[in-house]
Amino acid sequence: MLGWELPPHNSGGLGVACFQLCKSLAKNNVDIEFVLPYKTDQENDFMKIHSTTPMNYTKLKHHLNVYDGANYLSTHAVTSEQLNYENYVASKAQEKEYDIIHAHDWLTFRAAMKAKQATNLPLIVHVHSIESDRSGGESGNPMIRDIERLGLMMADKVIAVSQMTKESIAREYDIPLEKISVVHNSIDVDELGELDNDNVYEYIELLKSNGYKVVTNVGRLTIQKNITGLLYAAKDVVDILPKTLFLIVGDGDQYHELISLSAELGILQNVIFAGFQRGKKWRDAFGIADLFVMPSVSEPFGITPLEAINYGTPSLISYQSGVSEIYKNCLKVDFWDKDEMVNKIVGFLRNEGLAKTMRQMATEEIMSMTWDKSAKATIKEYSKHKKVLA
Amino acid sequence: MKKSIVLYLHAHQPYRVKDYSVFEVGKNHDYFSWDDSDPNGNQKIIDKVSEKSYIPTNKKLIHLLKIYPDFKLSLSITGTLITELEKWAPEVLQSFVDLVETGKVEIVAETYHHSLAFFYSLQEFEIQVRMHREKIESVFGQTPKVFRNTELAYNNDLAMWADKSGYKGILAEGWDKVLGWRNSNHLYKPINTQNIKLLMKNYKLSDDIAFRFGNRNWNEWPLTADKYINWINDSQDSEIFNLFMDYETFGEHQWEDTGIFDFLENMVPIWLKDENNTFMTVSDAIDSYKVVDTIDVPETLTWADTERDLSAWLGNAMQQQAIKAIYSLSSKILGTDDWSLIEDWRRLQTSDHFYYMCTKYFNDGDIHAYFSPYKTPYDATINFMNAWHDLRFRLNEKGIEI
Repeated sequence: MLGWELPPHNSGGLGVACFQLCKSLAKNNVDIEFVLPYKTDQENDFMKIHSTTPMNYTKLKHHLNVYDGANYLSTHAVTSEQLNYENYVASKAQEKEYDIIHAHDWLTFRAAMKAKQATNLPLIVHVHSIESDRSGGESGNPMIRDIERLGLMMADKVIAVSQMTKESIAREYDIPLEKISVVHNSIDVDELGELDNDNVYEYIELLKSNGYKVVTNVGRLTIQKNITGLLYAAKDVVDILPKTLFLIVGDGDQYHELISLSAELGILQNVIFAGFQRGKKWRDAFGIADLFVMPSVSEPFGITPLEAINYGTPSLISYQSGVSEIYKNCLKVDFWDKDEMVNKIVGFLRNEGLAKTMRQMATEEIMSMTWDKSAKATIKEYSKHKKVLA
Repeated sequence: MKKSIVLYLHAHQPYRVKDYSVFEVGKNHDYFSWDDSDPNGNQKIIDKVSEKSYIPTNKKLIHLLKIYPDFKLSLSITGTLITELEKWAPEVLQSFVDLVETGKVEIVAETYHHSLAFFYSLQEFEIQVRMHREKIESVFGQTPKVFRNTELAYNNDLAMWADKSGYKGILAEGWDKVLGWRNSNHLYKPINTQNIKLLMKNYKLSDDIAFRFGNRNWNEWPLTADKYINWINDSQDSEIFNLFMDYETFGEHQWEDTGIFDFLENMVPIWLKDENNTFMTVSDAIDSYKVVDTIDVPETLTWADTERDLSAWLGNAMQQQAIKAIYSLSSKILGTDDWSLIEDWRRLQTSDHFYYMCTKYFNDGDIHAYFSPYKTPYDATINFMNAWHDLRFRLNEKGIEI
């Protein structure tokens, strides 16, 4: 299996999804060897991890980040990192009898194609996002698009993380719908750390005891995530409910732009930027919120609302997300519909009964979710294509 | 003594709240006028249900009432539906008037706004019952003598109220937990009452028509009139068969292509073929049979879901908070004498609004969803509460402290 990151070294949801999927596949007796482009000392007992370079994650991330398509090929290191990865994979693939090559997202596609050429093994490419998702609806970097197109065409099967992603793959790259299967991501609530008694955001707790309500977003600050849209909505929410605080957790290329936008809108005092967080600070950001908002322009899957409810916080999410295909007990809105976003945030914040019912129903809902279902659906695809080979 | 089928049909439509956003609060006080293009709009639904159900069913019933001297039925129709028909489909209302004018249809009393007011404000409840009576008198020239509460929500206190108010009968669900070893096919008397009698719905026979008729996975499908009447004729220890159901069963819940209209047309003569069989209205049944026992219902009983309680309307926190919010405005709203404000407030009391907020079964694919114009119970709640905020805005405008 080819991936570009695994937790704790991850810059987004891709690493988490790969890790959880592999874990559940292994439980279903799939023997996995996972290739990473950086050196990790992370240990696990369910799969073997290969590193293609001795470089550590921080250094690699500086050179080439999966979400950083705009800078692709603007540095020299990029091609060499990818070449290392490709050559390693191609030669590794010939060392023993593998059954399947399973590759996650564009950065691994060149390696996957090379390995397929060398071995004629069936190739499954797993799409967590495509370039047009990551560039917020623009077409994005044409070189990346070329890689994606080739990878999707060469693949024997494409797995998409949502129906929405399946449709955009078909639309952007003319891949026949029959070639694409949807395997939704999931969540195993037992896997997530628990909240403890004190919340690290003490100042926000103080405000809450003074009647403030907290709306949180956790994610990268890039155009795809539509935090701009959230801030415009925030302005109207604050006009109606002045005691509303927006906690924005994350980092990204829009960081400075978003701060100055809050100032222009006159709501700087209602918006708190907490930067990129992990561990307790990440969990507590969900924990302290009354409502989690994921207003993304395009979210191929989008696991955060499920993480939020695991910490007791219901969500408002855009219809333009894969998770909205499977998550029922939440509020939904079109990402461009600012007024409706305001309507739902306000309607939620001033209705304790609504909050209570949704929290209860949504908690019940995620308890029944599991990666095991996704793993079983993946194995089904494996078995179809293994047969073709035989 | 003959055996009787007591067929009672309940016709109702609410004023559904449109997508009413926070930006309209304080600016647009019209909560019920939907976009013309929206198929869930109140007028659109009146058009649809009239065409599929009210018009063909009235036609069929009038035909049957004219041909068969022993065929009779009872009907209730809410004030909200009557006003919607007056506004958007007067010819359909006329067909109900024609139906009643056959002289063989008895109208049953209820609240004008199809509300759960009995459980929140007795004063408001009594006003709505009076409003309904007056409306029925003016449209149909009949004064109802038998009472049914919204959703057949019934308990001992309601029966005592109806008894004191002079009703000769009241309707309730014939639920096994209440009946115990008895069955619903006799006349009963509510506990602690003087004169009033109780008719209890035969839910099995009623739901065979109302819910299961068109279900191809049902092992009795297809249900023919012969088979159905055989079931009734075979019932031991029975005098009356109380078939209570939504009027919209005919043509709307069960579409024409299920054969529901043919079933109706066929079952009447097949039942009457035996000269010991007849049809009765609710009052006829009360006058004709003897009370066999007393019924005690301390906890509220309804005709909904397997729980047969109010949980479909008041089961979750949003529903409880929303209905509390509405009744918390009672005295302030009634004090204004602003009849348009008061009417809007009453329309928001209609039980359907709370039903749309129901989350029961939502996680396993909701049967309730079929009856809701909203995508989720949460959307229903936000629209409703925005309308509630606007009621408060209007009170505030009048200088009333909110």
